[in-house]
Amino acid sequence: MKRKTHILKKWWPLYLMLLPGLIYIVIFNYVPMYGVTIAFKDFYASKGILGSPWVGTEHFKRVFRSPDFLPILWNTLSLSLYQLALTFPLPIVLALLINACHSKKFGKFVQNVTYAPYLVSVVVLVGMMMIMLAPRGVFNTIYAWFGGQPQLFMGEEKYFRHIFVLSAVWQTTGWNSIIYLATLSGVSTELYEAARMDGAGKLQRIIHIDMPHIVPTIAIILTLNAGAVMSLGFEKAYLMQNDLNIGASEILSTYVYKKGLLDIDYGYSAAVGLFNNVINLIILLLVNKAAKKITKNSLF
Amino acid sequence: MKPKKHTGTKVKRSRSDLIFDLCSDLLLGCLSLVVLYPLYFVLIASISTPEAVNAGRVVLYPIGITLEGYQKLFEDSRIWLGYRNTLLYTLAGTTLDVCLTLITAYPLSFKQLPGRKIFLGIFMFTMFFNGGLIPTFLLVKSLHLYDTPFVLVLLGALNVYNMIIAKSFFEGTISRDLMDAAEIDGCGKLQFFRAIVLPLSKALIGVLVVYYGVAHWNQYFNALIYISRDTLRPLQMVLREILIQNSTTMQVFDESMMLELLRRERYAELIKYGVIVVASVPVLCIYPFVQKYFTKGVMLGAVKE
Repeated sequence: MKRKTHILKKWWPLYLMLLPGLIYIVIFNYVPMYGVTIAFKDFYASKGILGSPWVGTEHFKRVFRSPDFLPILWNTLSLSLYQLALTFPLPIVLALLINACHSKKFGKFVQNVTYAPYLVSVVVLVGMMMIMLAPRGVFNTIYAWFGGQPQLFMGEEKYFRHIFVLSAVWQTTGWNSIIYLATLSGVSTELYEAARMDGAGKLQRIIHIDMPHIVPTIAIILTLNAGAVMSLGFEKAYLMQNDLNIGASEILSTYVYKKGLLDIDYGYSAAVGLFNNVINLIILLLVNKAAKKITKNSLF
Repeated sequence: MKPKKHTGTKVKRSRSDLIFDLCSDLLLGCLSLVVLYPLYFVLIASISTPEAVNAGRVVLYPIGITLEGYQKLFEDSRIWLGYRNTLLYTLAGTTLDVCLTLITAYPLSFKQLPGRKIFLGIFMFTMFFNGGLIPTFLLVKSLHLYDTPFVLVLLGALNVYNMIIAKSFFEGTISRDLMDAAEIDGCGKLQFFRAIVLPLSKALIGVLVVYYGVAHWNQYFNALIYISRDTLRPLQMVLREILIQNSTTMQVFDESMMLELLRRERYAELIKYGVIVVASVPVLCIYPFVQKYFTKGVMLGAVKE
């Protein structure tokens, strides 16, 4: 008891500072986590979350029986993995090239140019797609120079994934390379000198010095990315969606929005959302464990 | 980034290195062009006649230079209203976010603080699991925040990732000796934070302002979900209406609607390029700061991880 009062006496100003943040996170993050229970309830607005009766796994049964579910799960997973396959390795390549660039000025220039798209908002990004990829847009003009026929890029299922992923590549590659560049700046100059003395070319230096140096960073970034595999951005997919490409563009997050807020089927929507989050968490834990085993680096 | 170390001023580049440099420069150069082109295109399209743009003739340079699009959009009250709203949300939101992040991160930077691990765990857990859309929506409703400006200011006020960046910064820059000295001089912990720590944290505050500011400026999801009144709409929602919604969502029932649709489309055609430029100008204005602070933020984050 005495120790406790002593602790409080010494630390109370810091606890006081921590309080608003704690209250905030409890209200805005933990209360909704409790709210997840509506996935197991028959929710009535008049009774509130606490007062609504339990229905067990009723909503989940509806979800898994729904003919929509599997195609949407497939859309989400394939889109996400496709995106990961490009947006994960490309920043590493870019960072290695910029770092090995013989002109410091040119390297800096490329770095600044390539991360600029990161500042563009999703709405503007999709707006730009619609303008440039329109049937008579600039992309089709250029395509025609090479003998292509005009395409309805935004309105066909087969193009949706490519546009979604390539626009993400455009927007994030430069930005995501910064962290690797920061890590690469820690390689000691002597190491390069020694390698050069031994007659190692640039490519060899990249493979034998730079690559091993950024492996820990790669492991962490991969874990974080893998943990977000299922939480594929609602924002871009929703804006890119139209009646023509819906077969490829409906993903879990857009489905949750439509079922919940447009069809007002809260329990069902919350069940889909919870399913999504739990899978996400499991993937994160698995990849974290794998990263720990393989590279001895992990998030936690 | 110290590319210098790869070259020796005295040592001659080997043949293979020369080839590598050549390929690498070519690749990076092409890449920069590809990345810049969409931005450049919007710029030249915004000052070309819509007819030329629509016919796909504008590719490398503007055709039939006109500022009509800009003129029209400056007369559009929706855009001004959206601008004003976004400016207010961004100012209020960023101020709140930065303050909350700083005062939360500071106590957690004390390794000896009893219970620190537990608190950190409470914060970090939210990075990997969340209630999801519907429970958050119900919370906002029950707090009576739905369709009020406060929801756009309050949601996302404490980004745990940013908080950890701030925490690592405090751990790295504030020396224990300085603090012990201050404490001996009778300076309390709160006073120390205000008088010594904050002035030393300009770089950190810059990082946070840029991170949160850009997030608020570009935010449209929360407005889509939680705002229904037109007068409260942020700029991104107005942009969405102009850029994306026009052609796709309106159902056509009769001739007058058809004409209205055509009129709207023509109007949108005229202003949409300028709108993109105007909406992105503030972000471009802070680009120099962004360059300075954005990257620094990533590096701060990297220290911890």
